[in-house]
Amino acid sequence: MESQTLPYIALGITVAFSVGIAMVILVLNRLLGPHRMNAEKGAPFECGSDPVDSPGKRVNVRFYVVAIFFVVFDIEAVFLFPWAVLYRELLATPAFGMLALAEVVVFLGILAMGLWYVWGKGALDWAFDAPASRRNHG
Amino acid sequence: MTDPIVSAMVFYALAAFTLVAAGFVALSGNIVHSAFALFATLFGVAGLYAYLSADLLAVVQMLVYVGGISVLVLFAVMLTSGLDGPLTSNPTFRLGGGIVLMLAVAAAAFVAATAVPSGVESAAVPTTAAIGDALLGAYVLPFEVVSVVLLAALVGAVTLARGYKGGHR
Repeated sequence: MESQTLPYIALGITVAFSVGIAMVILVLNRLLGPHRMNAEKGAPFECGSDPVDSPGKRVNVRFYVVAIFFVVFDIEAVFLFPWAVLYRELLATPAFGMLALAEVVVFLGILAMGLWYVWGKGALDWAFDAPASRRNHG
Repeated sequence: MTDPIVSAMVFYALAAFTLVAAGFVALSGNIVHSAFALFATLFGVAGLYAYLSADLLAVVQMLVYVGGISVLVLFAVMLTSGLDGPLTSNPTFRLGGGIVLMLAVAAAAFVAATAVPSGVESAAVPTTAAIGDALLGAYVLPFEVVSVVLLAALVGAVTLARGYKGGHR
């Protein structure tokens, strides 16, 4: 029982520590730093350049496609976790180990076909429809 | 959890965090703030999953919902036109209807909670290995079919993006 809750306690300490450090930095900054506000400081920081546009504008739909790809491969990674937890144990019996490897290779192979398709279609290519992108960039 | 009092404290802290964040999602006047508060809400739900010893589910919640779906939601916000003014979300606040809905949900939750026998112990074992065992053994066909479903999602995303590229929406 103790050994089950211990990792969660460690996780909780890690979260509390990182959140606490962030809070301490913000509070110390507020307490110790000088506060001389002006319009220059109030402007959004965009890597040192002057802001070119309102942030409320629509962004290119390209970002959404990339986000969907990210979620798909994210879910792929999720399904690898239970496999990875078991794999070392299964390797003790070579037949089981090979079977588990084959199962995951099929799983990854089908998704690799998807990656190959997406790549072949040029959807990973950032400039694959540059004129349209320029047209929609606002 | 070993000590029931500590356990209850952890639960109420997680539940309060989730509820405050969810309230911020519902009540914030800025839709981008709502989207970021949704990150916190989903994070709190992941904490509740971990509290219930559903370790794999907590990790999935973190990776897919906090890490992935939230980004999709944020992009959906950024892709929506007419958000130049930050005060376009939650233009109305209906207190009466909200209270009625809250009471209805609470009553439904109470009925559902009393329908199952109380005092069900959460399985205190890590679930990941058992789920992996099921996925590689009895449920290997669904496991492989998942990759086909994900493949379909990829192809669908590309097809939609190409359709957009044509410009004849």
